[in-house]
Amino acid sequence: MEKFTTVTGIAAPLRRSNVDTDQIIPAVFLKRVTKTGFDDALFYAWRQDPEFILNQEAYQGARVLIAGPDFGTGSSREHAVWALRDFGFDVVISSRFGDIFRGNSGKQGLLAAQVAYEDVERLWEVIEAEPGIAVTVDLVARTVSVGTLTVSFDIDDYTRWRLLEGLDDIGLTLRDEAAIAEFETHREAWRPKTLPIREPAESGTL
Amino acid sequence: MNNSSIASARPRTLAEKVWDAHLVKKGEDGTPDLIYIDLHLVHEVTSPQAFDGLRMAGRPVRRPDLTIATEDHNTPTLAIDKPIADLTSRTQIETLRRNAAEFGIRLHSLGDKEQGIVHVVGPQLGLTQPGITVVCGDSHTSTHGAFGAMAFGIGTSEVEHVMATQTLPLKAFKTMAINVEGTLRPGVTAKDIILAVIAKIGTGGGQGYVLEYRGSAIRALSMDGRMTICNMSIEAGARAGMVAPDQTTFDYLEGRAHAPEGDDWTTAVEYWRTLATDEGAEFDAEVFIDADALEPFVTWGTNPGQGVSLSENVPDPAAIEDQHERAAAERALEYMDLEAGTPLKDIRVDAVFMGSCTNSRIEDLRAFASIIEGRQKAEGVRVMVVPGSARVRLEAEAEGLDKVFEAFGAEWRFAGCSMCLGMNPDQLAPGERCASTSNRNFEGRQGKGGRTHLVSPLVAAATAIRGTLSSPWDLQTEGEAR
Ligand code: SF4
Repeated sequence: MEKFTTVTGIAAPLRRSNVDTDQIIPAVFLKRVTKTGFDDALFYAWRQDPEFILNQEAYQGARVLIAGPDFGTGSSREHAVWALRDFGFDVVISSRFGDIFRGNSGKQGLLAAQVAYEDVERLWEVIEAEPGIAVTVDLVARTVSVGTLTVSFDIDDYTRWRLLEGLDDIGLTLRDEAAIAEFETHREAWRPKTLPIREPAESGTL
Repeated sequence: MNNSSIASARPRTLAEKVWDAHLVKKGEDGTPDLIYIDLHLVHEVTSPQAFDGLRMAGRPVRRPDLTIATEDHNTPTLAIDKPIADLTSRTQIETLRRNAAEFGIRLHSLGDKEQGIVHVVGPQLGLTQPGITVVCGDSHTSTHGAFGAMAFGIGTSEVEHVMATQTLPLKAFKTMAINVEGTLRPGVTAKDIILAVIAKIGTGGGQGYVLEYRGSAIRALSMDGRMTICNMSIEAGARAGMVAPDQTTFDYLEGRAHAPEGDDWTTAVEYWRTLATDEGAEFDAEVFIDADALEPFVTWGTNPGQGVSLSENVPDPAAIEDQHERAAAERALEYMDLEAGTPLKDIRVDAVFMGSCTNSRIEDLRAFASIIEGRQKAEGVRVMVVPGSARVRLEAEAEGLDKVFEAFGAEWRFAGCSMCLGMNPDQLAPGERCASTSNRNFEGRQGKGGRTHLVSPLVAAATAIRGTLSSPWDLQTEGEAR
């Protein structure tokens, strides 16, 4: 993962709340077995409408998405994050995120920046007054700036640190391999195992 | 047990007890805890990129014996002996088969009697047990919390992480008690409880929380009913839902293929009994629901929080104070092609879908059959019954339920996710309206342009009979009670 410090680019205002992951990427696109090539699938249904924000000339090449509350709720599909990344987004701003979506974002270098709702409104206003204006998101200072407006955002320290350092979670955890192995030595033997396969008793449910 | 002895004598919730018992390493200075994962469920949609990641890093699956895979999202529910027609679906399934073989993972493929929706398969094999941690690259993993397990959905990066390390770095969740006291009236079910909970706390109300469902109405539910409730915890935004294990749980598990046996069974039950939330333990939030007052519930909008009692009318967005909710309601009514003030019972449907990990277990099928038996479906309504697993299908057939469905005019299908999300050919056509026992009424979820009303199996059955959204109570008022 690349290190993330600041991003400057066009921000697209998505004035919708409760954007669930089925809207971000419909299930039909989840059949792919690769991690890339999802840009065409992003907001698939909405993009059929020529007026949709991401179809507008001023927002071409946007890197920051500013959405209403409860962005990324619903299904756990990480494809939602891949699609946003593939499309070119580095940052999503909202006043509230779906938990799994937020977790997935941090793992793919997509910054999910939580901003107070009033500040989302202010950002929308500035951007809509001058579509295509450059916005700067600074992960070190935890701020979003556009024109003379600067607002701060929340992100948990751990995710921020990992994004800043560009660290891979698995590598980090494997540093604790000894602790994992130690834990396994006193895990109860009766806890469920999938292997070897046991056949249900004939007298059981079937 | 285990690491739980580290914890103090402070009263703890069920969720805290399970968490403490799985602590590999306590996080410091804002770093997350490292939590051990007891059971990892895998399906074809969210795993290919995770297996790829392992291959690229040259890592094995650390514990194949704690991992199990099944095919469910893409699988057809007709002609399952033929090659899958949709090429991309076929590729995804074949990819899972190759990956499972390469990494030594147990897989139940289409045609196998243990194949089915991943959240139906785990419990029926007895793999889902009280006090364990369960993850799956699927948000409805919360289903397994019905056993008093800590079960939650994860993304594909985390799937890879669990495969490689059998752990996850996690920040402790907050806890919320959902107290449901009283007795459900006949015709009111677990599905109505959870739809009412979500309508009450909203689709974001559970964010960051583990919900613990408590109270006499929950205790009175079967395991299948508890699974229905925990299943939809995610629809309230929660990470997980849990029910403390009790005799109902133990009775369900005893004798299942992977349940402990002999002395192990005794030891396990003894431990499981200690998992209930301690007297005096504090929750971060509490919600109260009066079970006596609940009626059959139905959603009218495009998120699961947009629901009301079936006896009510389509709500008027203008009466909603919160501006976001008002805007969302306006949009929803437009998408759903509904007018404020219309009695919900006047709404005609084109299809009824009886299935999904919310309501496709044997009891759900029995409930549906009990209402439709001896009747005919309404003219022009398409009715699909999709069992949650191949085993549920066999069980239903052994009881003759398939005959009931077929005599009614319903299609009796093979197991899978089916029209819950329409990744296979089971989809709504644009504009079609469906009463569905699944868990999500999002725009286009059941097929592009399709309109979904979430309901219980009993409401689905009554709706299939009358052709308009209906509950078993409506059948009774028509003198059609049996
Ligand atoms: S039945 Fe529906 S909700 Fe359940 S796992 Fe399948 S697609 Fe997901």
